[in-house]
Amino acid sequence: METMPIGKAINAGLRAAMDRDPRVLLMGEDIGPLGGVFRVTDGLQKDFGEHRVIDTPLAEAGIVGSAIGMALRGYRPVCEIQFNGFVFPAFNQITTQLAKLRARSHGKLSVPVVLRIPSGGGIGSVEHHSESPEVLFAHTAGLRVVMPSSAHDAYWMIQQSIASADPVVFLEPERRYWEKGDVDVDLGPGEVTPLHRARVLRAGTDATLVCYGPTVKLALDAATAAAEDGTSLEVVDLRSISPLDVDTVAESVRRTGRLVVVTEAPVFHGPGAEVAARIQEACFYSLEAPVKRVGGYHLPYPAARIEEHYLPSVDRVLDAVEQSLAA
Amino acid sequence: MSDAAEGPDRAEHEVPGRHDDMVQLLDQHGVRREHPEHEVDLEPEELLGLLRDMVVLRRLDTEGEALQRQGQLGLWVGTRGQEGAQVGSAQATRRQDHVFPTYRDHGAALARGIDPVHVLSLFRGVDHGGWDPVEHGVHPYTLVIAAQLLPAVGYGMGVQRDGAVGTGDPARDTAVVAYLGDGATSQGEASEALNWAAVFQAPVVFFCQNNQWAISEPVARQSTVPLHRRAEGAGMPGVLVDGNDVLAVLAVTRAALERARSGGGPTFIEAYTYRMGAHTTADDPTRYRLSAETEAWREKDPIDRFRTYLRSEGILDDDYEAALDAEADEFAARLRAGVIALVDPEPVSMFDHAYAEPHPQVLAERDEFLAAWEQHDREAHGELVGGAS
Repeated sequence: METMPIGKAINAGLRAAMDRDPRVLLMGEDIGPLGGVFRVTDGLQKDFGEHRVIDTPLAEAGIVGSAIGMALRGYRPVCEIQFNGFVFPAFNQITTQLAKLRARSHGKLSVPVVLRIPSGGGIGSVEHHSESPEVLFAHTAGLRVVMPSSAHDAYWMIQQSIASADPVVFLEPERRYWEKGDVDVDLGPGEVTPLHRARVLRAGTDATLVCYGPTVKLALDAATAAAEDGTSLEVVDLRSISPLDVDTVAESVRRTGRLVVVTEAPVFHGPGAEVAARIQEACFYSLEAPVKRVGGYHLPYPAARIEEHYLPSVDRVLDAVEQSLAA
Repeated sequence: MSDAAEGPDRAEHEVPGRHDDMVQLLDQHGVRREHPEHEVDLEPEELLGLLRDMVVLRRLDTEGEALQRQGQLGLWVGTRGQEGAQVGSAQATRRQDHVFPTYRDHGAALARGIDPVHVLSLFRGVDHGGWDPVEHGVHPYTLVIAAQLLPAVGYGMGVQRDGAVGTGDPARDTAVVAYLGDGATSQGEASEALNWAAVFQAPVVFFCQNNQWAISEPVARQSTVPLHRRAEGAGMPGVLVDGNDVLAVLAVTRAALERARSGGGPTFIEAYTYRMGAHTTADDPTRYRLSAETEAWREKDPIDRFRTYLRSEGILDDDYEAALDAEADEFAARLRAGVIALVDPEPVSMFDHAYAEPHPQVLAERDEFLAAWEQHDREAHGELVGGAS
């Protein structure tokens, strides 16, 4: 067991994957000597060389497009997109090429590319540094979309994503990069939670909070606060946005009868809508109240000085729980 | 209009100042020319092979258009007029090279040994690309303009990392051909791809067929400088070649591929040619261009010109022409029969390759689809039985 922050855990996971498989390459802007703007690739170019840790021109379509070509040649590229709002110049390559080549080629082409994207807000930055683009990718068939919330998951999920035969959008909760946690680096095959399995992080009886990435800590904090008032909240970390482990959420909701989905992504047409729809289909007779959603507003991400009012807070989560319990 | 009077090389929409440096080994009357840098030395059988490939490609185009008119294809993307550019460039590739085509490069597909029926399966609507891209070294057609160029560069970077460049072993050294059209040069991704290839010295040959028209927009609407001169800005050689001269195209592409394979980096080739027909069978070129322009280009036909040359050299005779006609007829008959015999895929097969690994939501939708299918089947059957009783 080792203790490290999430950013370091991703670094360690990348290192382990590169050690294991010489076909694994890293590509992105400033990922070499600088180690990335968040230092997630720190030291990797020094140890693996410029041919495996490639500082690229400043061109997101170029990063993803050339990674597709390298994957077609048998490599396993891991691309770093510097910030969430900068992924859009690469959107064409991601949605029309990366996601579709397997289907178009009757499964003869494999494009095992991982896109690492620091995601979500809360770091006090300027515009296009704080967005949550996950549903845009989750809505695109052919991609897998995951987001760890702890150092342990970060370490293992990045390795599982690299090992996947499908393209994976690996979102990193940027405001949690420095959050430390225990990482069990010695797990054997079969001991690691599968990449797309949701996990119950805290058991409870009165309502279920579903969250992922940056909102997991928030949900756990809300559950702790609620417990002081005698309300027992169960917390489920989705870990994967596509596919979605509906079964784990449904089991929880059948026990608690109530569901609040907490995301940073805008609520409108957001990931919470998909969870809510699937849970009302699966658990209609177990639900004691309508599914509530707490998340971002249908707005451009606001200026940093007021972002705390945009981001879901413990208070907003507890308000939603209260409304659910009152229904 | 005055463009015909000014001469066929100077239609008013063309980007000016371009022909002085165009590589040509065969003029438009089929007379052999010398070029200080580029030369080809082919055996008579090889020369006849180039003619054969161009004639067969033209036949593919004729049949594709006819099959579309007969309702057998949903769409056809024509190649007439571009046979010299496509056959010359594709014949310059080696087995181990990899080709990233657009949706018009049927000549490249044929040259790489792809069954022509598979070329048409996309247009018939039975799949999105019917051949094995690995077996033939030909990427599936790309419908999004210029989107194939960056993957082509990345593939070349993979080739570099495999150590398959500059070894001196002709069976090992590998290059990539990325096809694009004149319209594609306007896309941002094309600029990224050129720059990227130069920065990494990727073994890529960008083969741009400037067929003068991007659907209805003339090349002057795409660029104010000759397309091959964009290469200079990216940091690679740019070559202008007469795209209707199969020998010059072969020579120029061979040299560029050799340069790429030996580790010399990328090259941009502009093959100056003309799309004689419509952009696709859904297009009507009479709305945007003059028949005088098309007629002027007919004088430069790549097949007629080459045929004249081969006749003048005594390489081509009536017997070979007759045999070639018979071969083209046989090719056409095989193509028609093959296309009409293409069976629709099983509907449920659309779920098969969205993901390599199981995706629970896709699997659930597949089950739903099958259940609904069976239910409706049963109901249809039940109604028939009910109606009879």
